Amino acid sequence: MEICVCVKRVPMVGGAIMVTPDGLEVDVTMSGFTVSPHEECAVEEAVQITERLGGSVAVLTLGPPEAAGQLRDMLALGAGRGILLQTDGAEWGPDATAAAIADAVAGGGSGGSLGYDLLLFGNEAADTGGYQVPVRVAHALGLPCVTGIKRLEIVGGGVGDRGVGGDRGDRSDGGDRGDGGDRGEGGGGQRIVASREYRGTEEVFEVPLPAVVSVKEGINLPRYPSLPGRLRAKRATIETIEPRPRPEIDGLRKVRLRVPESTSKGAQVLGSGAEAVPALVGLLDELGVLP
Amino acid sequence: MTVLCLIETDAGGGASDPSMRALTVARGLATSAGEDLAAAWVGPAAAIDTGGLVSAGVSSAWAIGSALLSGYAPVAWARALDGLASDLPGLRGQQDGGGPVSAVVAAATDHGNEVLAHLGAITGLPMAANCVSATRTSPTEVSLVRQRWAGSLLEDSVLEAPLALLTVAADAIPADAGAADPGRKPPTAAAGLRAERYEPGLADGDLLVQATESAERRSGVSLASARVVVGGGRGVGGPEGFAVLEELAGLLGGAVGVSRVVTSEGWRPHRQQVGQTGTKITPELYLACGISGAIQHMAGCQGAKTIVAINTDAGAPIVAKADYAVIGDLHEVIPALIATLKAR
Repeated sequence: MEICVCVKRVPMVGGAIMVTPDGLEVDVTMSGFTVSPHEECAVEEAVQITERLGGSVAVLTLGPPEAAGQLRDMLALGAGRGILLQTDGAEWGPDATAAAIADAVAGGGSGGSLGYDLLLFGNEAADTGGYQVPVRVAHALGLPCVTGIKRLEIVGGGVGDRGVGGDRGDRSDGGDRGDGGDRGEGGGGQRIVASREYRGTEEVFEVPLPAVVSVKEGINLPRYPSLPGRLRAKRATIETIEPRPRPEIDGLRKVRLRVPESTSKGAQVLGSGAEAVPALVGLLDELGVLP
Repeated sequence: MTVLCLIETDAGGGASDPSMRALTVARGLATSAGEDLAAAWVGPAAAIDTGGLVSAGVSSAWAIGSALLSGYAPVAWARALDGLASDLPGLRGQQDGGGPVSAVVAAATDHGNEVLAHLGAITGLPMAANCVSATRTSPTEVSLVRQRWAGSLLEDSVLEAPLALLTVAADAIPADAGAADPGRKPPTAAAGLRAERYEPGLADGDLLVQATESAERRSGVSLASARVVVGGGRGVGGPEGFAVLEELAGLLGGAVGVSRVVTSEGWRPHRQQVGQTGTKITPELYLACGISGAIQHMAGCQGAKTIVAINTDAGAPIVAKADYAVIGDLHEVIPALIATLKAR
């Protein structure tokens, strides 16, 4: 099973979010960076799948050179390859991002086939929340796509079968993965059974591989990186690809960012410790929530 | 020209609450352009009472049906909307080269976002997710406000496209906003609106992804719709600390919600998580215990009518963001609160 997980470098935001004076970016002078939470779960899911079925995991991101740091974080969790679609750090819209990802993963396999059985994404980016890159990648590659997945199983094709890993020789030295043979239709008869909860019921999807799947946090509990994992990640070579230039016109043009005005100007303090309980009960009564 | 809004039906029959809120924004967009408002849903014409839609400003309605459609099928739904948008039967485009529909709007639910993303990919057009307002400023431009960071940040932007595709962050839109809208267009079709059937042309590939639904429903009070949510964060200290929160939630007929650190520590299951990557809640009361108030958490509880924080740290971000606060240890305050409620 050859899996590519797409992640995005986003600011690590805690108690407050601030905007740069020109109103166009989030002020990151004081913050670190991470990947979106759903994506960390996507990497964990990919690593777990390859632990069960064999194969390998690549992580891919589109971002500035510093995004290599987030790729290394994911390598420390067990991914084998890091691929950086390097940009100057300007924000890419969902359509341009999807096109660059599709370019990078398509035709990387032998005979121009897709080099992966499964493309995993987070359901949405933590920062821009566009909810569409995986769907657009799927359309660009002609693959089925399921989103918001909280449970994922690989079935059929014989457990333990390895997907035929593409060599991707045009962009990297390919390493020792795969045998260069042709991938069978639908990833050798393997399918995914994926489910999510929607409005209180479970929706189950069954689609053939290769496929695009976006997952949500809660599908698993990501492991902490091991020390050997961190050391390996530190030494790993990040494969860098220059994507085709970002289109100058984006259909959705950002004018400015702003922090919504807070409706609360600070809490009214009811008291300290257990002494505040009578006031608290009075408030609950006033709100009409007491039985 | 027409603004077309996708309506999701809810389990009880009728339009879902998020869809009705999306309709509010769709109507605002139609009004800003002097356009009509149409509704479309997948299912039988009788699935939705059109009276409610007419009151919301809808003047035409389409029930999308096909023998090929059984469960939710995102590509097929998008294909149907694409068909309606380019060939809305009975309506003609007023612009040269343009279709009869100027915008397609849906609620920013798992279904709405997914279907409109497919529609964006199929048409090659941009899609703006999680909008809170939309106004037409020119035949090809819509000025909109959309959420980033699940609502912790707002983006003013311009969507430039011959067909505007957008989803509406329903939890940020008041349900009754329509009543207060002075620019509202009177319904043209009065009470007798009948939904017309629309059968989309579908290819096999459009049905490759189709859901089957399990009938199982979770028992107990649903976090998303609970009137009272008792929240617990790092300050709870460990898995055993949640027993008193469960007890309090039980006394108030509510549900327990938790912050992200609680689920990432494995203290509680992820389905109890409130926040950007968990559930968005809209209770009358959110009692946040031992929660610091990171923006990702606040994004999930900003729909609460009243937030009361119980925290040992008067300087915690949540104390600035809550309506009321008790400065103290939840392990002291909550048992005392339970004892008082039981004694009543």
